[in-house]
Amino acid sequence: MMDRRDFLIVGGRILVMTAASAAALEHVLAGTPEAADTYTTVDHWWAMTIDIRKCIGCGNCVKACKVENGVLDEPFYFRTWVERYHIDPADPEHPIVDSPDGGKNGFPEKYEDGVGKTFFVPKLCNHCTHSPCVQVCPVGATFLTPDGVILVDKDYCVGCRYCIQACPYGSRYFDPRTNTADKCTLCYHRITKGLKTACVEVCPTGSRQLADLKNPDDPIHTFLRENAVDVLKPQMATGAKVFYASLDGSVR
Amino acid sequence: MQFSFKDAEHLVRLAAIFAIGGLVFAVARAQMVPDDFGTLGHYRAGAIDDERARTPAHAGQAACAECHTDVVELRAKARHAAVSCEACHGALGSHARGEVEKPARPDGRETCVRCHAAKTGKPRQYPTVPVKEHAGDQTCITCHTPHNPRIQ
Repeated sequence: MMDRRDFLIVGGRILVMTAASAAALEHVLAGTPEAADTYTTVDHWWAMTIDIRKCIGCGNCVKACKVENGVLDEPFYFRTWVERYHIDPADPEHPIVDSPDGGKNGFPEKYEDGVGKTFFVPKLCNHCTHSPCVQVCPVGATFLTPDGVILVDKDYCVGCRYCIQACPYGSRYFDPRTNTADKCTLCYHRITKGLKTACVEVCPTGSRQLADLKNPDDPIHTFLRENAVDVLKPQMATGAKVFYASLDGSVR
Repeated sequence: MQFSFKDAEHLVRLAAIFAIGGLVFAVARAQMVPDDFGTLGHYRAGAIDDERARTPAHAGQAACAECHTDVVELRAKARHAAVSCEACHGALGSHARGEVEKPARPDGRETCVRCHAAKTGKPRQYPTVPVKEHAGDQTCITCHTPHNPRIQ
């Protein structure tokens, strides 16, 4: 015969076991521990470093970006592109810039070796901390995530194109398939899974590197310390987070 | 002069219309604005998860190395050690997920020329060749093995 004391103990155990097994089942349903989502936005502050001296203008990044993000193939839709700068010593204030097909298939030889200076400048969204595009969006469709990436909410974008005009870097385009603004997401679907961005993944010389400013062990800290580093258009005070090493003063 | 309700009747009517309008706005706004709008800032917080949900097209070096250990070991000692697999082989996320059994091989000349053709603007120390003089019309892989390109 079970007295009240035993009943309470048994009842209590059953309750605890049920709760524990429910929690365990939930854990199983969430998948293996590796697959479970451990990404916390506030632990990261994403940036990119680009070493101009290492870029060979192969266009791997442009090609990979288009594949990774399903960017339209026409030569005016780019999330990243490469520009070739040529500086004639007789007129250093007016660099000649070209970017055939965004540099996707490399650059046809145009300049004579040893005359003037030629170099490549990969460009992409600068994921600005104080972004003009976010400030002008009238509906809150473009925003800075807590981990420092500028994204476009395609469900919310009304296609007014203000942000495309506001971006000082020309990083945005209008996608005619969705009738929304679009741009580099810093491969948000990849970096939040522990992968590199597509452009960094395929860069053969390591000119581009994904960086996390909140990670004290990230090589970016050495990069910023030991190189002559600049961002594009620093006078715009956008808080750009794409850092270029050895950026020539003629680059716009 | 005495104030009568009749004089203010039109004001009451106006106030009623405003009240109804305000109510309709409040109800419509509550219906239309998603719950997660404004939780993190002036945007829909769920948009972050929407972006994260996309499937990567490039598998990433770690995924390649899981199976192709022989190639990774060979390459680790060669000059292409720092070049990721997908730099030459293209996006192979579909292969890593098992959707594509045998992906196409990269072109044995175009792939190499993309990086190694002599061109102004490339860093001095970067290995390049004037392709026509160096190889004629032959493919590069006639002499070089891509994973360990230096001729022994």
